[in-house]
Amino acid sequence: MQFLTDVTLILDSTIRLAVPLILACLAGLYSERAGIVDIGLEGKLLAAAFAAAAASAVFGNAWWGLLAGIGAALMFSAIHGIASINLKGNQTISGVALNFLAAGLTTFLGQSWFHRGGYTPQLQPEQRFTPITLPFADQVKDVPVLGEIYWELISGHNLITYFAFLAVPVTAWVLFRTRFGLRLRAVGENPKAIDTAGISVTALRYQALIITAVLVGIGGTYLSIAQSAGFNNNMSAGRGYIALAALIFAKWRPGPALLVCLMFGFLDAVQLRVQGFKFPYIGEVPVQAIQVLPYILTIILLAGFIGRAIAPKASGIPYTKER
Amino acid sequence: MRQPLPRWVDVALLPLLNVVLAFLIGGLIVMSVGQNPLQAVGIMLYGAFGYGSGFGYTLYYTTDFIFAGLAVSLAFHAGLFNIGPEGQAYVGGLGVILAALAVNGLHWAFAVPLMILAGAAFGAFWAFIPGYLQAKRGSHVVITTILFNFIATSMMGYLIARVLKPAGINSDESSPIQMITRVPQLKDFFGLFNHSPVNITFFLAIIALGLVYWLIWHTKFGFALRALGHNPAAANYAGISNEKMIMIIMAMAGAMAAMVAVNNVGGVQGRLILNFVNGAGFVGIAVAFMGKAHPIGVALSALLFGALYQGGQELAFSMPGITREMIVTIQALVILFTGAMGDMLRIPLEKVWARFAPPAGAK
Amino acid sequence: MASQSPETSQRPSGAAASDLAIELIGINKHFGPVHANKDIHLQIKRGTVHGIVGENGAGKSTLMSILYGFYHADSGEIRVDGAAHKITDSRHALRLGIGMVHQHFMLVDNFSVIENIVLGAEDSSLLAPTLAKARTQLKRLATDYGLEVDPDAIVENLSVGQQQRVEILKALYRGAETLILDEPTGVLTPNEADQLFAVIRTLRDEGKTVILITHKLREIMAITDEVSVMRQGAMVKTLETKSTSPGELAELMVGRRVLLRVEKGPANPGKILLQVENLVVTDDFGVPRVKDVSFSIRAGEIVGIAAVAGNGQSELLESVSGMRDQKSGTVRLKGVPLSLEGDDGAGRAREAGLAHVPEDRLRMGLVTNFLEWENSILGYQNSYGKGLGLDIAGAQKEAAERIKKFDIRPTNPFLKTANFSGGNQQKIVLAREMERNPEVLIVGQPTRGVDIGAIEFIHNQIIKMRDAGKAILLVSVELDEIRSLSDRILVLFDGQIVGEADPATADETELGLLMTGSHPSGDISQPASAAPPHETPVQQTLVEMSPKNNTGRDTN
Repeated sequence: MQFLTDVTLILDSTIRLAVPLILACLAGLYSERAGIVDIGLEGKLLAAAFAAAAASAVFGNAWWGLLAGIGAALMFSAIHGIASINLKGNQTISGVALNFLAAGLTTFLGQSWFHRGGYTPQLQPEQRFTPITLPFADQVKDVPVLGEIYWELISGHNLITYFAFLAVPVTAWVLFRTRFGLRLRAVGENPKAIDTAGISVTALRYQALIITAVLVGIGGTYLSIAQSAGFNNNMSAGRGYIALAALIFAKWRPGPALLVCLMFGFLDAVQLRVQGFKFPYIGEVPVQAIQVLPYILTIILLAGFIGRAIAPKASGIPYTKER
Repeated sequence: MRQPLPRWVDVALLPLLNVVLAFLIGGLIVMSVGQNPLQAVGIMLYGAFGYGSGFGYTLYYTTDFIFAGLAVSLAFHAGLFNIGPEGQAYVGGLGVILAALAVNGLHWAFAVPLMILAGAAFGAFWAFIPGYLQAKRGSHVVITTILFNFIATSMMGYLIARVLKPAGINSDESSPIQMITRVPQLKDFFGLFNHSPVNITFFLAIIALGLVYWLIWHTKFGFALRALGHNPAAANYAGISNEKMIMIIMAMAGAMAAMVAVNNVGGVQGRLILNFVNGAGFVGIAVAFMGKAHPIGVALSALLFGALYQGGQELAFSMPGITREMIVTIQALVILFTGAMGDMLRIPLEKVWARFAPPAGAK
Repeated sequence: MASQSPETSQRPSGAAASDLAIELIGINKHFGPVHANKDIHLQIKRGTVHGIVGENGAGKSTLMSILYGFYHADSGEIRVDGAAHKITDSRHALRLGIGMVHQHFMLVDNFSVIENIVLGAEDSSLLAPTLAKARTQLKRLATDYGLEVDPDAIVENLSVGQQQRVEILKALYRGAETLILDEPTGVLTPNEADQLFAVIRTLRDEGKTVILITHKLREIMAITDEVSVMRQGAMVKTLETKSTSPGELAELMVGRRVLLRVEKGPANPGKILLQVENLVVTDDFGVPRVKDVSFSIRAGEIVGIAAVAGNGQSELLESVSGMRDQKSGTVRLKGVPLSLEGDDGAGRAREAGLAHVPEDRLRMGLVTNFLEWENSILGYQNSYGKGLGLDIAGAQKEAAERIKKFDIRPTNPFLKTANFSGGNQQKIVLAREMERNPEVLIVGQPTRGVDIGAIEFIHNQIIKMRDAGKAILLVSVELDEIRSLSDRILVLFDGQIVGEADPATADETELGLLMTGSHPSGDISQPASAAPPHETPVQQTLVEMSPKNNTGRDTN
């Protein structure tokens, strides 16, 4: 039974760790499907985390935090959009700039506003998104196996977690069953086809960037006011990049994106638990070896050793009417 | 009617205006938290140039940024966006420390060339892999170099903490290099730089600037490199092996980035410590864009960022309301305005030009 | 909705509903300093096929893009069915019943046919109802116009001809009454082109109006009712097709009577310089494109490859010049096998004395961001200077000499190559490749996008090389060019050489049949004494377009 509990606990923390990845990954999916490479996910995630924690601390309400998180991500997306859609600049460069901007601004403003060395004030429960208990979870938690799974794995997460898992099928539906999805996929593959059909490429790409901002904004909010009780320096810690890697790994499809994010979350969860643990025969596995696994797996995929990841054809290329 | 801008406007004025714009917005941000940006600039200028030690620090930072900026610029001319100088410098540090510890106690005149070579080899190797993956397997260097930065962090963290750390030292770092073996600091020769870490790697950086200029514009290799950067199909047509070029250029960029390690591991710290690169590799991206990947531009923007970093240090003492991270913000704004939005001012400028400049063909 | 509304709005009652489908009045359009359309007036009658001809850059495509709402005119008026409209964008044009099939298809490659068709014309925010409706519509359109295509096929798996059908269906699905076709046959095999013409006739018979943009006079003669000629951005004249001739149209297009016949003496073939044996080349996806091809070229001889685009000629050129790896086979220069493997094979081919003017000079032959002098050494950079350094002064001096010799304008070697015109860019490439006295010259599309004055110059240069005892391999989409320059023609079909012909005697119809793989015997080098009677107007005009009167050249 101890083994089952261990597994359940690891899976539970897998879910917790996967949530920001899922949200950031879906965010990237909208943007890249529309033809905008989003290296700046990391920065958007970080900016949102900071804004959410700051707003929640000041206004004393998690929902204000969520709003501020989304707002910050929207502002970052707006800069990204102006640079890469209107001014037709290099999307990667503006993304990189956004990452630095977030790293610099969050610390600078955090220190200027709160004077806690970049940390935001510790948040109270009502300023956070706290776990909610699903119906009957209390009653069935002592039922072996199934009850335990329901109590531990399915119930007891915060709202954002449920939202993240819901966002996956919704994204798949939007992408493949709606007019917007059709156009979104088209503008990332061949924007000229969209333009000649009389639809604004600019508007479509901005719409995609807005959705991206909302999702990544919620992801950042999760980091600072759901998973933690406040913001600390560089708390996104590369999750934006991991989400990008997951997106590539999932070949820009929502279903696989969920699986890959769960896998990366699982690696993260395992890494936290095996620290100092001596495996039979192998001995101690260095934490770093597990940390780098997502990156190495992505590189192997990118190198085409396990299938090919083909990006939307027009991604990374600003659209210009040719003459 | 649109008229092309004169060359000096294109290569000098436009980038300058973009930089000014970045600083203006930076100033606004400083103002928004109730601080006086002009006062801040004054303090930073004094901190960076006002006294010997400060100037020495500025040059020390400049050294790092020149190497990192060249690492980005070299690849950029070949159409490759190398985001990996951070990791390449970090891994280069491994080469430097291994070489230095192997000959520990040897006079620096013999040891430093070894450190340079070993560092270059390690840094080159770390950049060569993404180059190889791009050339042979088509994986984009932008993504792979980012991933390699993370891998470098984990790998070096493990090696420093578990392998290189000698018994009896508590913090995660390697054994120290003996003073006689370390890269000599300029304060040993010029009293002016009392206490500052600037060392003879600075001269190496100046040489590297000249070397890169010569390489890109005055050699056959540079011709091939630029052809590849502008038009890979035409380079292939011209009998240039794009695959080989990509791998060689990435390796060269990595070697260049590794010189940051010579400056820090071989000189300033005299040992390999965790995360010694400390963002210098990323500053290289801003430096390269601001300097339009030209060695003169790289030199000037590296100096600017060197002054910002050193001045920012000073600022943190004098104006507690402003942290050093403001510099990272400025760095981001510079990348944004010179790299991603470089053409924003072009059209207004062209209009101004068309109005005030003599019409073409008038002379 | 999308398919019905235009039909109703298309026919307003009253006198305004003239018999003109489209009327353009005083259209002007500038692109920077270029005056692309100069005060254009044009009337297009409903239910006709109206051709618009003109050289490359005459402003045809710009004019049609304005009509389709893709560009906005600086001034002028557009009337659709007698009513003036300010067409704001393509959607507006579609609502007015104007559809356009672009030269380069506007399809999303990894979408299915039906997804492409409904894209931008969806009825509601959910796709399912639109897709169901489109499915029935497609069936109806297929029977009405003979436009059969599998709605669930993925576009990238379709042939070019089928993709074009998808484009036409896209326009019809949106209720197009007037259909603009921009250079529709450029990418088609002759057989596919015939099918397209049949579709166009059906469309006209069903009351649709078709505007056909082309520079191929034989197409104009074959299927249009009226034809308008454009030259240098201006509308020259509109004529009834019945009462004009290709000669008259050509003269109007060019503005002066030009005879593009190439003056050349007989060839004096010497010893074999280039020998290709059992060459097999695959494309980027491993599909064989050149299948066991063998031929040889002698000194002082021009051998032309006649083939419909996409039959392996590009791969052949790229492989022989060392740019593309060969799967098997040997290329010998003066009997010595060339080693061409690896992505730097082009360098070794050049060293051995094989020069190459590539088909697509902007994509391959030039680095447009380089200065002129830099492009004038591209590919030969290693022969300038000893050691690592580049002999810049030497390169610049030679570039200046070549500028003079080839009359390249402007004469400034320090100018960015992008600022030169197409013809002058081509001269830069030709000068570079010819002036090093190579043994073998491989030329692809020597006059594509080149103005008429430069064409004569380029042709003469090629002949001069031949007369200097060089071996020349020529590929061109223009059969006329092949026929007038070559001493021998090899016909390539589906990656194989299916016949050889003497340009002086070969019958163009026969060549055409060979090029499409439909000729019973490969040997037509004998004078075609018993040429079959011409059955279709298309073939008749093919004959009219013989080298003596070859003005309908591809200037793309």
